[in-house]
Amino acid sequence: MGKCTKKWPQWCIRMGVLSLVLSMTLLGSGCELRKKMYDQPRYKTYAQSDFFEDGASARPLVEGTVPRGFLREDGHFYRGMVEGNFATDFPDRVEITEELLWRGKERYDIFCSVCHDPAGYGNGMVVQRGFKAPESFHTERLRGMPDGYYYEVITSGYGMMAGYAAQIPPEDRWAIIAYVRALQLSQFATWDDVPEAVREDLEAGVL
Amino acid sequence: MSQVFGPWANTVAKLSIVLGVFFVAGSLALLDTVTRSSYVRYTGIARAQPIPFSHLHHANMGIDCRYCHTTVEEQAFANIPPTKVCMDCHSMVWSDSPMLAPVIESWETGEPIQWTRVHDMPDFVYFDHSAHVNKGIGCATCHGRVDQMPLVWKEQPLYMKWCLECHREPEQFIRPREEIFNMAYEMPENQLELGKQLVEEYDVKTHNHRLMDCWICHR
Repeated sequence: MGKCTKKWPQWCIRMGVLSLVLSMTLLGSGCELRKKMYDQPRYKTYAQSDFFEDGASARPLVEGTVPRGFLREDGHFYRGMVEGNFATDFPDRVEITEELLWRGKERYDIFCSVCHDPAGYGNGMVVQRGFKAPESFHTERLRGMPDGYYYEVITSGYGMMAGYAAQIPPEDRWAIIAYVRALQLSQFATWDDVPEAVREDLEAGVL
Repeated sequence: MSQVFGPWANTVAKLSIVLGVFFVAGSLALLDTVTRSSYVRYTGIARAQPIPFSHLHHANMGIDCRYCHTTVEEQAFANIPPTKVCMDCHSMVWSDSPMLAPVIESWETGEPIQWTRVHDMPDFVYFDHSAHVNKGIGCATCHGRVDQMPLVWKEQPLYMKWCLECHREPEQFIRPREEIFNMAYEMPENQLELGKQLVEEYDVKTHNHRLMDCWICHR
């Protein structure tokens, strides 16, 4: 045993060394090194870029090009058009199921109800705040419009309504159309249309 | 000539060593407190934005989170909406307001609006919004009541320790999928019971603490 350890017990020296090492590591890693790992020289989504003139790393599509997987040859499904006219039915790959209708309701409530209101009369919250009221889905004109027309309006917009192609993928557009059709049916339904099974609930006000 | 160091020097020497330990420990504690403080972490501090966009106002009008943050269910990154989405309504609503001038300008010039980032994960962390949203973690669990924030602040510090709290025991925080976007959702009294059931149902990979593996977040 050395002189030092007699006066200063070993644990004391160990603690001293440990705290020194600890503080050095913490302070050393605290600044530059850590920063470089936090912000690594690569682009994450929407990161700023010094390379491109407009400062955005996310690049717009080069004009006249089609990205891989976006050829979209199926005109019925992707544009709602059949031989140059609005499609009058749903494309083959869209199967109308209860699940599709629920999906359509969810998407309708997110994207459409803000203006068209939950029932489709065109008195949504944004309209109440000053947006031009859209036509009710329950007018004779709109009830008579083909499915493809709805698809086109969702995709490209109509009048003051902007196109929703960027927010709503094609599958969901068809789901929404299916739900709008259900809404249109619901507003003109008669007592005879109500299935036996739910009549009792309806009368009691459960549904 | 008298001695430079009298017997008192022994006391000073010992005292300085003891105080030195306190000094080192104190500095460490201070450093720790500072790095965890909201001053450094920005928790609870509303951040200034180029446009004083109010989530409180827009959420109160009944606009769903996903109207603007469209990619949150499918992609790792929950997108910040492009100017076009603002213009869906503001082409007519409040379009003359001076507060909206930067939006109109961005729309006319095509120059993106430069929002101030509120939640910035370090680049060495992999985070996927869609994985969380589809497996029962609600927006408010991490982001707080954004629907009550005029200007958004960071509710949680985003420490690794904080992430691991949930990765260790997801049953404590998981909620039914239908409630993900319900900002006012409150955990039921039987949360643990329901949580365990949901973890199983949503196939959350808790087996062998897999969610605690390093590579889950650092890949």
